[in-house]
Amino acid sequence: MQGFLGNRSVKRGLTVAAMVVLVALVLFLAYQKNFGPKAFAQWTIDGIRGGSIYGLVGLGFVVIFSVTGVINFAQGEFVMLGAMFCATFYALDVPLPPPLKLVVAIILTVIIVTLVGVIFERATISPARARGAHIVTLIIITIGFTITVRAIALLLWGSRAKIVPAFTNLQQTDVIFRPLGLTLSAQSLWIWGTVAVVLAALYYFFERTMMGKAFRACAINPRAAELMGINPSRMSLLSFALAAAVGAVGGIVFGAATRPQYDMGLVFGLKGFVAAIMAGMVNPLGAVLGGLILGVAENVGAGVTGLYGYRDLIAFVILILILLFRPQGIIGGGERGVEQT
Amino acid sequence: MLLEVKDINTYYGNIHALKDVSLHVDNGEIVAVIGANGAGKTTLLNTISGVLHSRTGEIVFEGRPITKLSPDKVVHLGISQVPERRQVFSTLDVLDNLLLGAYLRHGREPKEEIQKDMDFVFEIFPILKDRQKQMGGTLSGGEQQMLALGRGLMAKPQLLLLDEPSLGLAPLLVREIFRVAGELREHGTTILLVEQNARAALRLADRGYVMETGNVVLEDTSKELLGDERVQEAYLGGSGS
Repeated sequence: MQGFLGNRSVKRGLTVAAMVVLVALVLFLAYQKNFGPKAFAQWTIDGIRGGSIYGLVGLGFVVIFSVTGVINFAQGEFVMLGAMFCATFYALDVPLPPPLKLVVAIILTVIIVTLVGVIFERATISPARARGAHIVTLIIITIGFTITVRAIALLLWGSRAKIVPAFTNLQQTDVIFRPLGLTLSAQSLWIWGTVAVVLAALYYFFERTMMGKAFRACAINPRAAELMGINPSRMSLLSFALAAAVGAVGGIVFGAATRPQYDMGLVFGLKGFVAAIMAGMVNPLGAVLGGLILGVAENVGAGVTGLYGYRDLIAFVILILILLFRPQGIIGGGERGVEQT
Repeated sequence: MLLEVKDINTYYGNIHALKDVSLHVDNGEIVAVIGANGAGKTTLLNTISGVLHSRTGEIVFEGRPITKLSPDKVVHLGISQVPERRQVFSTLDVLDNLLLGAYLRHGREPKEEIQKDMDFVFEIFPILKDRQKQMGGTLSGGEQQMLALGRGLMAKPQLLLLDEPSLGLAPLLVREIFRVAGELREHGTTILLVEQNARAALRLADRGYVMETGNVVLEDTSKELLGDERVQEAYLGGSGS
């Protein structure tokens, strides 16, 4: 028996068989309940919408993990803070025309949440690491921070849901388009546009700027990076700032499509983690793709079975399966690896 | 005197890796530190470059104590280390690897200065120019060593620390790397070289130190060391090869 599961071709065969069974099951259920291609298209659209935000959160996980080795479970809280701060600022009674007020609220929110990320790193992660804390300790610290932030959020904002207006009409109910009989909210377009802009900006930073290259160097080979005069502590700070900013942006655009609440960070944090795990924790584009796949999978799964209440279950089943069978991820390899000893 | 190391004691956890080690490097010299695996040679370089810190003792560079400085400060002062096993950035291209060698100079010095050093690196290692756009990890072992050396030079160091440049290279490539090191001395770069390949190192160097289990046990000119019976016995495999 030994080596049976280790055999590559057997493993691959099992994976393909499992996929075929899964697809067959989905199609069978759809056939039974008379769901056509249109239903699938709708689920996909809805899935890509939520999945984009999982992807952004996953991106935050990857950015921090690849440079520091820390899995930052507070990533979802940045999303929550983004949505909540934006809602709070927008609700303030100031003599500004609403569109301008929203823009100011967004800018202020991103700045504040980024600062939260910076303070978090400097006040907890950085001193702990300076004293030689084990990586597991640092991860536990992020969980502690999560609990703290959520408690403070409850104190500040209470348990009632807040409102971020839809960007297009600044109303609570968004503009809806009906292309080919499908339902598409205008905010979805804002979400996709934002994700595209964030990705382009990060791409420019990592590929075209010296600091971005230093950041990657630090992820590839921290020791050699240090010998180049790249300060790993500064790169760690930068990674938390970036991750917080990306999380906040995600929270703001998605907050406008939902009803943000003090505890929304939990679900986003965990799903973003699943997205990042799909990309082996080190591939930024893979994390975004992972988020999209996850979003579509849970919507199709919930739609086909009709069990909307169990939607989150799908994400966690995927998480467990990946951690069990392919802990290195399913989308692309990362930069880390070769010269790590 | 460019670099002076005075009685340093460095620990790895509880392991006493460097015991009262002292040495010095003068301007324009090549100094070799030879010794077996585990003698503390790499620890010595890491302590100089600030990756590790000694518990006692002092390191002085150009009259300035650098014992407690962090690596980025040490690089900024003009000491650049080419690490053991090359450690090139495998998924960045050759050009980016070299540019990162000059990381602390970007924005502080005019671009032309950095470009001038890049041209110099391409001049001594033309193969790197041909492979500019190739990923560091796809180069051969010898090319990676050239890249690591070139990257180290991009910091424009006054003192270059070379850690086992011959490791895992074919004899012909070892000769090539050591030839370039000799050429660098002509250009005014001072080199502290750490090597297990004692013969090649001592042939190149002006002076040498022999390390054993964290201690410096011998120091002399290379010529004397090459002729020394104990050195021949322990590190040169008896008489000539």
